[in-house]
Amino acid sequence: MRDAKLELVGATVRFGGRAVLDSVGLDVAEHEIVSVLGPSGSGKSTLLRVVAGLQPLDEGRVFLDGRDLHGVPAHKRGVGLMFQDHQLFPQRDVGGNVAFGLRMHGESKGQQAVRVRELLDLVGLPGARERAVASLSGGEQQRVALARALAPRPRLLMLDEPLGQLDRSLRERLVVELRQLFGELGTTVLAVTHDQGEAFALADRVVVMRDGRIAQSGTPLEVWQRPADAFVARFLGFENVTAATVSGEAADTPWGKLPVPSDARQGEVDLLVRPAGVRLVPAAEGLRCTVAARTFRGTHVAVRLQPEGAPWLEAACALRDAPETGDEVGVAFDAAEIVVLGGARGA
Amino acid sequence: MSTTRKFTAVVAVTGLGLAALAACGSSDSGDEGSGSKTVTLVSHDSFAYTKAVLKDFEKESGYKVKVLKDGDAGTAVNKAILTKDNPQGDVFFGVDNTLLSRALDNGLFQPYEAKGSDLILPQYRVDQDKHRVTPIDSGDICVNYDKAYFSKHKLAPPTSFDDLIKPEYKNLLVTENASTSSPGLGFLLGTAAKYGDDGWQDYWKKLKANGVKVVDGWEQAYNVEFSGSAGGKKAKGDRPLVVSYASSPPAEVIYADPKPKTAPTGVADGTCFRQVEYAGLLSNAKNTKGGKALIDFLITKKFQDDMPLNMFVYPVREVAQVPPEFTKFGPAVENPETLDPAKIADNRDEWVKSWTALVLK
Amino acid sequence: MAVPVAFFGLFFAYPVAAITARGLKIDGVWRFGRIGDVLAQSDIRHVLWFTTWQALASTALTLLIALPGAYVFARFDFRGKQVLRAVVTVPFVLPTVVVGTAFLALLGRGGLLDELWGVRLDTTVWAILLAHVFFNYAVVVRTVGGLWSQLDPRQEEAARVLGASRFAAWRRVTLPALGPAVAAAALMVFLFTFTSFGVVQILGGPTFSTLEVEIYRQTSEIFDLSTAAVLTLVQFVAVGAILAVHAWTVRRRETALRLVDASVTARRPRGGGQWALLVAVLATIAVLLVLPLAVLVERSLDAPGFGYYKALTSDEGGIFLVPPIEAVGNSLQYALAATAIALLIGGLAAAALTRRDAGRLVRGFDALLMLPLGVSAVTVGFGFLIALDKPPLDLRSTWILVPLAQALVGVPFVVRTMLPVLRAVDGRLREAAAVLGASPWRVWREVDLPMVRRALLIAAGFAFAVSLGEFGATVFIARPDNPTLPVAVARLLGRAGELNYGQAMALSTILMVVCAVALLVLERLRTDRTGEF
Repeated sequence: MRDAKLELVGATVRFGGRAVLDSVGLDVAEHEIVSVLGPSGSGKSTLLRVVAGLQPLDEGRVFLDGRDLHGVPAHKRGVGLMFQDHQLFPQRDVGGNVAFGLRMHGESKGQQAVRVRELLDLVGLPGARERAVASLSGGEQQRVALARALAPRPRLLMLDEPLGQLDRSLRERLVVELRQLFGELGTTVLAVTHDQGEAFALADRVVVMRDGRIAQSGTPLEVWQRPADAFVARFLGFENVTAATVSGEAADTPWGKLPVPSDARQGEVDLLVRPAGVRLVPAAEGLRCTVAARTFRGTHVAVRLQPEGAPWLEAACALRDAPETGDEVGVAFDAAEIVVLGGARGA
Repeated sequence: MSTTRKFTAVVAVTGLGLAALAACGSSDSGDEGSGSKTVTLVSHDSFAYTKAVLKDFEKESGYKVKVLKDGDAGTAVNKAILTKDNPQGDVFFGVDNTLLSRALDNGLFQPYEAKGSDLILPQYRVDQDKHRVTPIDSGDICVNYDKAYFSKHKLAPPTSFDDLIKPEYKNLLVTENASTSSPGLGFLLGTAAKYGDDGWQDYWKKLKANGVKVVDGWEQAYNVEFSGSAGGKKAKGDRPLVVSYASSPPAEVIYADPKPKTAPTGVADGTCFRQVEYAGLLSNAKNTKGGKALIDFLITKKFQDDMPLNMFVYPVREVAQVPPEFTKFGPAVENPETLDPAKIADNRDEWVKSWTALVLK
Repeated sequence: MAVPVAFFGLFFAYPVAAITARGLKIDGVWRFGRIGDVLAQSDIRHVLWFTTWQALASTALTLLIALPGAYVFARFDFRGKQVLRAVVTVPFVLPTVVVGTAFLALLGRGGLLDELWGVRLDTTVWAILLAHVFFNYAVVVRTVGGLWSQLDPRQEEAARVLGASRFAAWRRVTLPALGPAVAAAALMVFLFTFTSFGVVQILGGPTFSTLEVEIYRQTSEIFDLSTAAVLTLVQFVAVGAILAVHAWTVRRRETALRLVDASVTARRPRGGGQWALLVAVLATIAVLLVLPLAVLVERSLDAPGFGYYKALTSDEGGIFLVPPIEAVGNSLQYALAATAIALLIGGLAAAALTRRDAGRLVRGFDALLMLPLGVSAVTVGFGFLIALDKPPLDLRSTWILVPLAQALVGVPFVVRTMLPVLRAVDGRLREAAAVLGASPWRVWREVDLPMVRRALLIAAGFAFAVSLGEFGATVFIARPDNPTLPVAVARLLGRAGELNYGQAMALSTILMVVCAVALLVLERLRTDRTGEF
């Protein structure tokens, strides 16, 4: 009847009158990797807890493989959950942690041993079976937690800030590994994160949450290219978001008249100018700005520009061309990098 | 992981154990019907006997005797009264003359004239028209003295109540709280018997002025404060006079190693109050036949002979033997004070109250 | 939850209610007027006043003397620590009859204080207070020290780095974390001293009387059940009020603590100050706790060639039908049964109380569990007698009643000791286990149990030791003639004669040693594996 592996319908959770999840509807297809992205307090962790059966719903339904999970306790749902800070059992060794779910499901000792070895190989920790969890590094703990969650072959694997506590380089490497691994295993994954880089690198589809509701859902590319509203745009890290009035191919903004694509929605809108669309020109030629700060971003330099009497702008410059702090520059805008946002004005 | 398993096992065993125990409990109570071969004796904690003697009774009568100890003498009597509609046993032993009326007034016992009760010495017999209780043993509560102290101080030990208020015996006596201690109460009753309803308070005023010390229980008085006992010597007790039993000096000899030739303590035989302990058939006894047989047994010569050295009491039967240690190391108290149980019942609480106000406040 | 509730309903609430009702219902009519009558008596009011203030003073004094001890045991590593920790717990489980006698050797005539400074404290209220410290020292050391040893010292270090003085860091960081444990310990000490019986009788003399002593007198000696019922109610209300306040303060302070392995927090003392503290604590223990115990041992050896001990194995003498030494076996059996019951009931209760969704009602039960500690043993004993007298619950003359009564006292220990730790367990670990397929029972077994093993062992040790030395409930329950150690000691002390006295001391020493060994085994158990937390 239902095609989706996981389906939430009108899922609502209230904590003392405040809706933490507000009538959320979400489908996750078989083998799909979905990232739920949002600032803290947006309800994304609650979403996972609802699916895992750790948090009862006030309204709505959760279906897994078409079966209504209402009243099914956590230990009978057959989903896997990897906790934010791993929550490895401190009194058990690595093998004991990985085998835990297998034991709960009554698998024989022999099967357990085979599976534990298999999983530890899979996550790249062969031979770690007898190590104490206290002796593991953060990355190793993460791998063990993953192996533990995967061991009972859950129908759905959920990850709560899976890489949250790890350092940046490790995170970037692991996220690629994870994606590869899930692809090979064909696992259906619902991951929660506040880091858009992580979400975009991992997921087939990104769901952005705000105040208990879904603000946008789409492929990483869709979301990246066309943020649904000012909130999503800002959350994705875009700074140059402003209210504007569009008429024809021009928008009236605090930065002056900006060119917009010809098919842009008319009237009062929110406007996003990607940093790449902010071009530096000689001081006399464009909007006159002072360079307030520069941040090296590896491949480019993010430059913060302060126009007179208007909000500051972020521009992306090549390393070679970046102006010095305090320089006077001019700014011109590139219509191709300007997006009229879809959501209601001022959101 | 092995520890976890161990704990699980403990918990599981506990659960099973509880279930099993509950089962035991219910099956246990079922086998005491009227035709039962078990007879249950309820008594106080001081009840003691030689195992072989009771075995003989079991063999001869065919009854199995179950003994329940139910706290000190006062507690045991009160509990028996509280459960008289559904008693814990068939026979109660250990109500003494200070509490007898409480037991009788509350209908604790049913009449039964024991076989052989004609052999009980006449002075111990009570309740002759109804025969609800049978006297089993007697003892005397008397002031004991530390012989060493008095010979060292070249002082004659006191012999009477009157002596105790004399200045030469100032600050020498320790007694027990009459409201919490059986000998303490006995001593109070002795003075009431001696000086009468009007005189005893005056006597106690003088005793108080003469430095009597009151502690809560016999254990503290005898083992801590009294200078003549084995315990008191170690505790450096400094009171050479203590309210105890006439049988305490023999005990000091019997329970010494090596045994001394004479007792280290003596008894002021003019300060004694006689205590008699009774047994009776409980009103709603399930095994009345067995209960009667058991009471008969308690006054047989065999039990009466066995009793003194077990409980440090005197037999009540004419021909029973008093152990040689008793006569050798302890006095034969000739004229102890006595009080009619009915009189005790009428005045007991009032006296204790006045005594408390007078002596302790 | 259902099991503990049924247990307490059946073996506590029902019997106590039955005996209280018996006292207040005269000729089928409730006489609540008695309450006013009794409370109007000046001696009763005096008893109430004395009971309260001596309990407050005892609790304060115990905390004052024992908290440094808790610190030393938690944070310092020194030779003989395990043995010492077992030793300080021994007084707690000794019957008061024995301890009173021994304690007089310290405070009484010819005692240490008398010899040194000519000070005698027996029959003064100081004797009562110090004896209460003697008894309850271990309560504070174990309850507070147990948690203290698992608090991460880096928290305090963090505060120091932020500019807090050593004391300020302790006050701002450690004390709030210890708060619930200190409150729990203080509560227990207060309860024990508020309901103190033997100590007051022996050391205070007949002029000092607590509510508990008065209830005993009214029930057991005077047989004035209605006065006893009123006093029972008064004590009930008082204890209930204390527990309510306690529950309120604890709830306000409850926080998830970050616990670490106790073995990494203890260090050898460094610097003069720390050594001085250690020495001071050890000296206090030596004088206040070890000395009275040593007197017992010394007196038990006061016959040539262990004469008193040899006498224990002989069945001549007649006080017992069996050699007194068999009391050791009886005691161990009772204590094991009582410990098992207490662990089962207490464990279930603690688990139910830890549940996140535990409602107000369940949390109220937390406080109710402590009530048995505040109700006189004589009340419970008499209550058993009239309440549990009909099949299928005619338990009156069965041996199980004794461990049941002892477990009643043991359960609060188990719950008190386990709750703080259980509540400090990170709830998400339980969730992790649940998501991996563990049913609630398996979660408790797989996650909580290993985490609280240490607490469980401490609780078991306490429950065991308490049962071993339990006297009140045992003597007020009718039982076949298999005396426990304390009962045997009391019976021996109740007779004249050197051998009886000597055997009493010898048995007391054996009781002491058995307790110490049992506690020592637990000490070993709890440290033989590292990395539990």
